[in-house]
Order: sequence, then C-alpha cells, then structure tokens
Amino acid sequence: MTGTVQPAATTAAPTPDSPSTTPMPLGKAIGAGLREAMRRDPRVLLMGEDIGTLGGVFRVTEGLQAEFGEQRVIDTPLAESGIVGTAIGLAMGGFRPVVEIQFDGFIYPGFDQITSQLAKLTNRHEGALSMPVVIRVPYGGHIGAVEHHQESPEAYFAHTAGLRVVSPSTPHDAYWMIQEAIASDDPVMFFEPKSRYWPKGEVDLTQPGVPLHASRVVRTGTEVTLLGHGAMVSVLLQAAEIAAAEGVSVEVVDLRSLSPVDYGPILESVRKTGRLVVAQEAPGFVSVGSEIAATVAEKAFYTLEAPVLRVSGFDTPFPPAKLETLYLPDADRVLEAVDRALAY
Amino acid sequence: MSSPEQLGAPVPVQLVTPSGEVAQNEATDELRPYVDALGDEQLEALHRDMVLTRRFDAEGAALARQGQLALWVPSHGQEGAQVGVAHAMRPQDHVFPSYREHAVVMARGVDPVDVLRLLRGHTHGGWVPAEHQNVHVYTLVIGSQTLHATGLAMGLTLDGRAGTGDVERDEAVVSFFGDGATSQGDVSEALVFAASFQAPELFFLQNNHWAISVPVSRQSRTPLVDRAGGFGVPGTQIDGNDVLASYAVSRRDLDAARTGGGPRFIEALTYRIGAHTSSDDPTKYRTDDELQGWIARDPITRFEAYLRARGASEAFFTGLATEAADLGSDVRRRTLALRDPEVGLMFDHVYSEPHPLMTEQKQWLASYEAGFGDPSDAPEGGRR
Repeated sequence: MTGTVQPAATTAAPTPDSPSTTPMPLGKAIGAGLREAMRRDPRVLLMGEDIGTLGGVFRVTEGLQAEFGEQRVIDTPLAESGIVGTAIGLAMGGFRPVVEIQFDGFIYPGFDQITSQLAKLTNRHEGALSMPVVIRVPYGGHIGAVEHHQESPEAYFAHTAGLRVVSPSTPHDAYWMIQEAIASDDPVMFFEPKSRYWPKGEVDLTQPGVPLHASRVVRTGTEVTLLGHGAMVSVLLQAAEIAAAEGVSVEVVDLRSLSPVDYGPILESVRKTGRLVVAQEAPGFVSVGSEIAATVAEKAFYTLEAPVLRVSGFDTPFPPAKLETLYLPDADRVLEAVDRALAY
Repeated sequence: MSSPEQLGAPVPVQLVTPSGEVAQNEATDELRPYVDALGDEQLEALHRDMVLTRRFDAEGAALARQGQLALWVPSHGQEGAQVGVAHAMRPQDHVFPSYREHAVVMARGVDPVDVLRLLRGHTHGGWVPAEHQNVHVYTLVIGSQTLHATGLAMGLTLDGRAGTGDVERDEAVVSFFGDGATSQGDVSEALVFAASFQAPELFFLQNNHWAISVPVSRQSRTPLVDRAGGFGVPGTQIDGNDVLASYAVSRRDLDAARTGGGPRFIEALTYRIGAHTSSDDPTKYRTDDELQGWIARDPITRFEAYLRARGASEAFFTGLATEAADLGSDVRRRTLALRDPEVGLMFDHVYSEPHPLMTEQKQWLASYEAGFGDPSDAPEGGRR
C-alpha cells in the first residue's frame, strides 16, 4: 500500500506513565522523519543545494550528513534539473532519493525533468520501473521574503499524471507523511508550508494516524465546511474559532493530499453542513481549490445549500512582501466567504 | 560565419581511411592494440551489425511511407559510430540512447520490432531495460536522458559497482546525444554532475551536423569536443564513420571510466544521410554536394573494403546480404501482425501503486464503451 510506515522498532510504546507525544516544530519533525527513513532503509539518499554541511537553508536536514555521511546526504551542484534528473537515474539504480528544492520559485528549472521524465517513466516502462523519488518543496508566503521565495506552485504538479502531491499542516503529520512519501513507490511532491516550520506541535512518535493520501476533519462543526492544506489549515482553525465566538459552527477539513484527493471526508462533511469554502494561498485560477469545488458541486449537488466558494491568493504574481498580508487569505477573508455562503 | 574547422579544430581519430585502408598517424599507435585484439569473427560481427541496421532502417522508412508507422527515424550513415561503441561496451554496461540509436539497441539484443512498436503508436517505451542488457528505452525530449545516465552512474559508484579496477566487473554507463542536444542545459548539467562526482560515464556525442534543419555552426562556435575540457572531462574527437575508431576509443574510455578514472567524452563526426524523420525534407536546407561528400565516406562501404583487403570471404558478404533481406521481411511481417494495445495500457501503469482516479476513469470508460447499443444503460447523474 502507498506509504505504509510502521513506527520505528526502537521507539518505546507510550505507557500510561509516559507522555505519548513530543513537542516539536514542523521543520524539525521533517528532519526527524528523514532520519527515521534513512535508518530504516539504507537506499534512502538526500540530495539538494546546501543540505549537507549547512543542513539546508531552513536547517531541515541539520545533523543528517554528520550521522549518515556525504554519500547519503549529498550537497549537489546548483542546478535543479540536474538534481532531479540524476535523482531519476539513482532511482533507476535502486535508490530512493529525497530531493530538496531550496525554495518554491526555484523549482521551475527542474520542471521538465519532474513532469516529462519523473512523472512518466513508470508509464513509459508499462509498470516495469518504479520511481520512488520524493521532491521536498518549502512553499508559501507569510515569511516576508523576496520574489520567488513565497510561491505556491502545487497546482502544476497536481495537474500532472504520475505524480502524487501532499502537504502536511502539523508537525505530527509532517513527521509521518515524509516517511510515508519515502516509502511510496511513486514520485511524491512533498510541499512543506515553510511559514509553519517553526511553531511547535505535539508529535506522536508511535502512531501515524490516517494514511498519506487521506483528508481529515480537524475541527467538527455543523453549518459550514472549510477546506485547505498546509499553512492555510491554521488560518481556517483561527477563522473557525472566531466564527464560534459569533455563534457560527464551522467544520474544518485538512486536505493533506492534493493528488489524489480523498473526497470521502470532504463529501461527508459537505453533506452535513451543506456549505463549502475552499481556501488556498495559491492563485485561484485553474487551482486545486477550483478542481475540488467543481467535483464537490458534481457529487454533492443536491445537498449543497450554497455554491462552493473559493478563497485564494489573487491571480497576480506573488506581490512584494509589504503587500503579502493583502494577497494571502487570512481569517477575515475566509470569514467573509463564510458569511456569503450562509447568506444563501 | 566561420566554421568550427576555421577555429582550429582537433584532428579526429581515424583508424581506417574512407577508402578502407589502415590509417597511420600518431593517434593510432595507442589505439592499435584494441583493434589488433579483434579476430576475424569479431571484425565481421561489426560489419554484420552495420549492415543489418541499415536494412532495418530501409524497412522502417518503407513502412512509414506506406502509412504503417506514425514516424520513422533514420540511422543511415551513423552505423559506424553506433556499432563501434556498442561493441566496445561490456555486458555489465548501461545504455541511455536518444532515439536514433537503432544499431546500439539491436547490438545489445533489443528486438527491432520493439523500436517500431514505439514509432507505430503501440507503446511509449518498448522494452524492459533489466531484460535487455541494461539498454534503457528511447528518450524523445532532447538531452534529458544524459542526466538519468549520470544519476545511474553516480549510484554505481556509491554501490561499489564501479571503480574497483576490475574491467570484467566494473560497470559503466553510456549516454547518447546529438549535436543539437549539446545546446540543452540538461547536457551541460549532466557533464557538471558527472565531473563533480567522477561518475563512470561515457558521453557519446554523434555530431551528424544537423539538428533537423539547423547546422551545427548554430549550436557551437567551437568544436564540440572542446566543450568537454571546460567541464573537466577528457574528450576525444573521432571519425564517426570509422567503426574501428569508434570501437577503440570507446573501449579505452569506457575502461578508464569504469575503473575510477571519471567520465569521458567522445565526439563522433558523422552525418545523417537520410532525413531527420519521415516528416522531414532535408533538400530544403542542405546541398547535394555536401550529401555526396558524406556518402563517399560511408561507414559500411569503407569497412567492407577493409575486410576484403584482410581476406574476408565472398561467402561472408553474400550470406550477410541474405540475412539482411530476411531481417527486413521478418520485421515487416511481425510489424503488420502487431495487435493494438489493450485499453488498460492507458490507465494501468501511470502509478506503481493503486490510484483512485485511474481506477475510477478506467471503470467509467469501460461502462461508457459498454453502453453503446444499449440505451437503458445511461450514465449516472441527472436523477434525483
């Protein structure tokens, strides 16, 4: 099965006397997940720019080269197509490469190798060749950075057959989902919400929870369903909290997997609430949110009390950082859509 | 515009002259032992593979003209470069072809009909590399495969499958690309990575002088072999229509690469006698004079003269002609007998692991197809 990962044998099961979770920031949780995957499987390699000695510009891979050596944590030349293309060759040789793209907006030099080669090689070989390559992409805004450092390019990859696309929203999911992505025999685009790298959350090192490609209700409510992924989930939870104070009961679903989409929990929620607002940092035109809105309209037409509404980044280039709070959907923008949905 | 020759081109390595005589020059002394080690049978095998590939090429072109292929990609004229390097490889080596390397893939056991299945629209691949002497499938995006070759070669080093010094065991990788591909970023990146990690890889450039309609002078103002040095990769330019030059230099370079010497680069000067593909008309962009000049340097005519001078029997050549004719008819018969692929081919291998969209859409298509002629079997939806 896709990305089935068992807890590390060395990890003691929680007992009533010991806490079952550990507080950890999301970035560190990914690093810990990478470490577990590398300990479990000697064929797992890390590749990328500055990931070795430096530990990555976000320090996600900090300490891993010291533990696993330069042959398993590889500082590559500065060339994204080269990194992805050689990762493909390494996978052909039986390795399971995990590639770090330094920033979202730097992925495009590798786009051809990802979409025309990595995504299609299993199909080209009619199943005789697997491509277990993970591409880690720190993505999204809220960090006040310069151009090309705050983008959300996930739709390009969700649109491409042959790729799986996921994005964790919590340290716990990050810890498990990176391991499950590495265990998958298919290429996985692993989008890391970089604005969430630092806040801590509880990680249960013994229980993965739901599978890699499952969506999940993270707050229950009855009147409106909010759906999002990555950093947007915390915005949605914040909006739900404000709505609750105003007497509106909001359910929040964490998408987690952008391709394939797990429609079960989404449709179940919409059938209960009758209203859906899909939120994302990415531009809305031809986006993952648009696709989900269309599918929910098809599959839950008779239970909808309002059109599915989208809250997205504007269809502009990501603006200079001083304008990012206007560009990125916040709780107020989400609540404005909630009000519109409730008005039907 | 000045030609590369005017900028001080290197002298290409040549072991057999265009008229089939043994070439004597400085470069041959080092390489002669590689050729001297070949017996009559091995020399005749080189000739055989060139002749069979040319016959296959003629059959492919004919099938395309008759509407039996979506496309044909001629290899006519490049057999010397390709057969030489193919025979220089050892069984444990890995091959990343572009899409014109019919001689290479056939020499390593790929069924030529599998090449035609790709060009007839039956498959995007055609064979399983692990079951065909590590010959990877054709890559149609120019230059992409050079990075895959480099990655695989890096892995061979990591796994201790190269660099031990044992030529019988150490593995190497050959990546094939053309003069047009040298302008692609991926080829430069492959050279950067291969040099940086000292990958056991031979970059084999067939400079056939034309990237469809664009001459090599548009790709480079320097001889392409000179680029290799800039990446820190030793390069050699050869007469690509001399099968022995291709064999000897490739043998030397592959053994250097496999035993830890790092990557090597060969620029084989050759010429695409035919069109780029069956969709192309080369008379629109190149002169007959140029074409005739290269026909006079044909790799097969040259090597036949060489073999005859060495005393090869008439029976060998007549037997080979019969074998080639048989290959042509066999390929034609089996190509025309190919059955269209099952619809499952479209959905079943997009992912290695189960995927809900693939399952759903495959089922939908089946029920849609089954619905024809049965109006009661309407699609779902539209009913409350």
